[in-house]
Amino acid sequence: MSFNMTEPDQITTSNESAQGGKAVIEIKDLYKSFGDNHVLNGFNMTLMEGENLVVMGKSGSGKSVMIKCLVGLVKPDSGTVKVLGEEINKLDQQTLDELRSDIGFLFQGSALYDSMTVRENLEFPMRRHKEKLGVVSDTEPLVREALENVGLAHTMDLMPVELSGGMKRRIALARTLILKPKVILYDEPTSGLDPITSKEIIELMRSIQKKYGTSSLIITHDVDCARVISERMILLVDGINYAEGTYSQLSQSTDPKVDAFFKK
Amino acid sequence: MGKTATLFKGAKKFFIEIGDLSYFGARFFKEVFKPPFEFKELMRQCYQMGNRSLMLVTVTGFIIGLVLTLQSRPTLIQFGAVSWMPNMVGISIVREIGPVITALICAGRIASGIGAELGSMRVTEQIDAMEVSGTNPFKYLVITRIMATTLMLPILVIYGDLVALYGSALVENLKGDVSFQLYFNTVFDALSFSDLVPATIKSFFFGFAIGLVGCYKGYYSKKGTAGVGVAANTAVVMASLLLFVVDFIAVFISDIFYEL
Ligand SMILES: Nc1ncnc2c1ncn2[C@@H]1O[C@H](COP(=O)(O)OP(=O)(O)OP(=O)(O)O)[C@@H](O)[C@H]1O
Ligand SMILES: [Mg+2]
Repeated sequence: MSFNMTEPDQITTSNESAQGGKAVIEIKDLYKSFGDNHVLNGFNMTLMEGENLVVMGKSGSGKSVMIKCLVGLVKPDSGTVKVLGEEINKLDQQTLDELRSDIGFLFQGSALYDSMTVRENLEFPMRRHKEKLGVVSDTEPLVREALENVGLAHTMDLMPVELSGGMKRRIALARTLILKPKVILYDEPTSGLDPITSKEIIELMRSIQKKYGTSSLIITHDVDCARVISERMILLVDGINYAEGTYSQLSQSTDPKVDAFFKK
Repeated sequence: MGKTATLFKGAKKFFIEIGDLSYFGARFFKEVFKPPFEFKELMRQCYQMGNRSLMLVTVTGFIIGLVLTLQSRPTLIQFGAVSWMPNMVGISIVREIGPVITALICAGRIASGIGAELGSMRVTEQIDAMEVSGTNPFKYLVITRIMATTLMLPILVIYGDLVALYGSALVENLKGDVSFQLYFNTVFDALSFSDLVPATIKSFFFGFAIGLVGCYKGYYSKKGTAGVGVAANTAVVMASLLLFVVDFIAVFISDIFYEL
């Protein structure tokens, strides 16, 4: 925060930065500690409709904790988290579950259910949200469509152990998309993948965004990924939104903590 | 000073664990009657439990029956009481040995399996993924498993009893020229309702304890692959201990009923 004050060229308070749309995610003064480990110390963030926002931070800086607060998997110590206009921590279980069907979450390690086939993995989110999809009787076309979106229609009856890391990530993405979410949260979509597969995943993310017009929050420490996909970036350092701006703005910064991210 | 402090710390940890486990059990009872019910998953778990332990129960049951009979023969012959063999073996297997051995086998096989399975689901965020997709993971994973162990263990115990009795009958048939029919007739004459009912009720509790501990350890597994191993391991130890505590209480209670 203090850094923003001293470097006027990079000041963009989150509300001004967007193209005048409405906010789909708003985080205000988020605090979270685990014992003595103060992970988030007043983090602020706004994601506008249709925007691609990248949050970068070192390993262990609390990116996953922050993104988990957005879906109610982690309860913050204080601060407000609003997603699609609803304050997450004030919802009862049922409303929260309904809201969650509008939020896609791609987990850092894919998190495919390894006791189920690919098809069952994709059908799983539909169990509780049949009303939303309308068609109840046959899930096959939906599963097929989702798999075709990620180019893996032939894997429908395989088990997750039979897939490579990159394929798993793509299936996980397909599972995330199957409920047609309005917002997608990506937790390190390219981590642990080789550069070529990473590129494929990034391409996929872009084509999905174009096709469905979703808003995306992308967490990463992969600078290339950030450069290609981000419209705006936030650097998470010491538990706060240390700096914000576009990729080119931030990459030219002279602040050592910001610069450290972009050094090759 | 240092030793008492460690002792105190250990005791505190033990009681915290007991408290957490009771809380976990209470949550089971709170949620088990609330819809939605995961019936299909329950059936799948029941099938898996039976499938995983049937072979082991068969082998151990058979050997226990065999060995028990071989070991007691000389003594019974000494007292000229070898014709009491079916009664003695039958009662000890049905009342105590069958349920306890089967439950211990299942603690080793199933509690550790559940601990490892849920532990790895926790570590790889599959449980979080379930929650995010609107399915209550406690209902889907924990309740179905605890129900499955509770329902299946009595069935496995009865099956194990029968196999053990068969093993015993085999020895008597070969060594003592007792026909299978005579052997089993004597056993069933010797057994009364008051032998079978407490043993079966006890088995339900054994099953519940196995499922509860396995799920508890797995569900709250620590991060990292080491956490999964620890979950599986401690699940077996804790489940086995709990089985003996349950057994003690059960025998204590049924003893009161015998006296009445
Ligand atoms: N459930 C938890 N209990 C205790 N500490 C936790 C928990 N979850 C996260 N932490 C701690 O919070 C800190 C931030 O973790 P987090 O997973 O958010 O990091 P990250 O920024 O996502 O890192 P990476 O890039 O490696 O994924 C770490 O120090 C971690 O130890
Ligand atoms: Mg992370």
